[in-house]
Amino acid sequence: MAIEPRTRRERITLGVLLSPGLFWLIFFFALPFLLIFIYSFLDRGKFGGLVWEFQFDNYIRFADQLYIRIFIRSIIIAAITTVICLLIGYPMAYWMALQPSRTRNTLLLVIMLPFWTNFVIRTYAWRMILARQGQINQLLIALNIITKENAPTYLNTNGAVILGLIYIWLVAMILACYASITGLDRSLLEAAQDLFANPVRTFFRVTLPLTLPGIISGSILVFVPSFGAFVTPDMLGGGKADMIGNLISQQFGEASDWPFGSAISTILMVVMLFGTLLYFRGLRREKVQS
Amino acid sequence: MTDQIPSKTHQTQLRLDYLAKGYASFINRLKQLFFNGYAGLVYLFLYAPIILLVVYSFNESRFPTYWTGFTLQWYRVLFDDHLVGAALKNTLIVATSSTIISTIIGTMIAIGVERYRFRTKPVVDGLLIMPIIIPDIAMAIMLLVFFKLIKMNLGLYTIIIAHVAFNISFVAIIVRARMATLGTAMEEAASDLYANEWQTFWRVTFPLLIPGILGGALFAFTLSLDDFVITNFTSGPGSTTLPVRIVGMTRRNITPEINALSTLMLISAMTLVPLSLWLQRRAKMS
Repeated sequence: MAIEPRTRRERITLGVLLSPGLFWLIFFFALPFLLIFIYSFLDRGKFGGLVWEFQFDNYIRFADQLYIRIFIRSIIIAAITTVICLLIGYPMAYWMALQPSRTRNTLLLVIMLPFWTNFVIRTYAWRMILARQGQINQLLIALNIITKENAPTYLNTNGAVILGLIYIWLVAMILACYASITGLDRSLLEAAQDLFANPVRTFFRVTLPLTLPGIISGSILVFVPSFGAFVTPDMLGGGKADMIGNLISQQFGEASDWPFGSAISTILMVVMLFGTLLYFRGLRREKVQS
Repeated sequence: MTDQIPSKTHQTQLRLDYLAKGYASFINRLKQLFFNGYAGLVYLFLYAPIILLVVYSFNESRFPTYWTGFTLQWYRVLFDDHLVGAALKNTLIVATSSTIISTIIGTMIAIGVERYRFRTKPVVDGLLIMPIIIPDIAMAIMLLVFFKLIKMNLGLYTIIIAHVAFNISFVAIIVRARMATLGTAMEEAASDLYANEWQTFWRVTFPLLIPGILGGALFAFTLSLDDFVITNFTSGPGSTTLPVRIVGMTRRNITPEINALSTLMLISAMTLVPLSLWLQRRAKMS
């Protein structure tokens, strides 16, 4: 239980415990955060420098069709990734929850192992597989579906980016769904069956609503990093399936337009913080109800 | 009469029951088979790319595409690649130092926030959760802008500072979870036995927290090894880490050397992580 620091000694202890962490978070997180926010209202100088003149041009500029298209593409790619992860991950989590408890821990470890390995490596693996001379085309040629001459490349498409994102984030969805399915009260399912609900009805009226918290947290765990993705569209999209993360990175690279890049980052962070806030509020309501 | 007819219907009923049961178990079997097959496919999806990656690190050809024969030459190339060697050294320096710093600082702030009640607690909570929520790319560029503003040269120090900045939050979350499950009964017992605060902490609280601290440290170490985006923006020339090096290599030309490097990194992750999980469980039990 948390206690009120009453004595001078306790107050000093609290101060000592908090200050290194606070120092680090204020200097190397909060200040840079504020800096980006301020920069987003500045103007870009002729040679990529900064002009200290407050204006909203960077935000107005974002309303351009080109940038809005990238923004919408990011939302669509993240949404498709999330839905497919849910469709694949939920039944998988259900299957895992049905296994005897002894094998369950092993199954969990086997699911988590790829998750613990470097995601640059895992993305590179798909770059190799999806290439024109990659293993997918080799398989298709071996099956006589296509010939070596008209083998397509799957890289640099929206599909490749979505596949890469699913590959990276599917495990997060499975784990989130698994946690809520194992917590399910089985007697409720039996009760539904006793009341002559067929399996389909039982699933949609009992199982699904009760595991909704897992579905929601899994979806957020997948959507948020997919929306802000930078490496996957960079390696698998090859500049043809740019997402908002690539747009930001370009402003700090070739384009050298820090104020505009700061404005896009601010928009991205606001979207993320808003989404997570909604999620926490949803969770709290869930807790109050139960 | 009433005896015979029911018995006859009873028999057919039994037969029907038997058939129905057989049918039901057949359907169940089929369902189970289908489900197991489905799970197998998901595991295949997760592991096939990794396995292909490893297999093609032994490919004789200059490209990890068509299989031409077995060779170990790419591992030889890898061991002679001094850029990879330097990147490995940098990675280990960054991961070790950022893990040590963030574990100490993160544990301290976790104990402070979890143990005491104070007015600015919501602010501290918010500050702790933010680095987890905001996307890597945003954190990367805000640190880049900040380092440029204070005219700090980009290099190993800036990478370590950046890694500590996101790792503190993860360590703190894991340690706080451990503290919350512990409760205060043990500490109260210790103070009933006239242990002073200092003794209580080092003899009772700290040993009980060790699994959480180890878990946090492991998580921080893995995140640090894994990070590409933030490192990419906060590193200078000569301070490349392995993930940054790999992405750089894929931008030039793709050779099985990348596969060889990936294979070694995979093997180390796949042995280290289960090992440390096992150690944690042992620490928790004792």
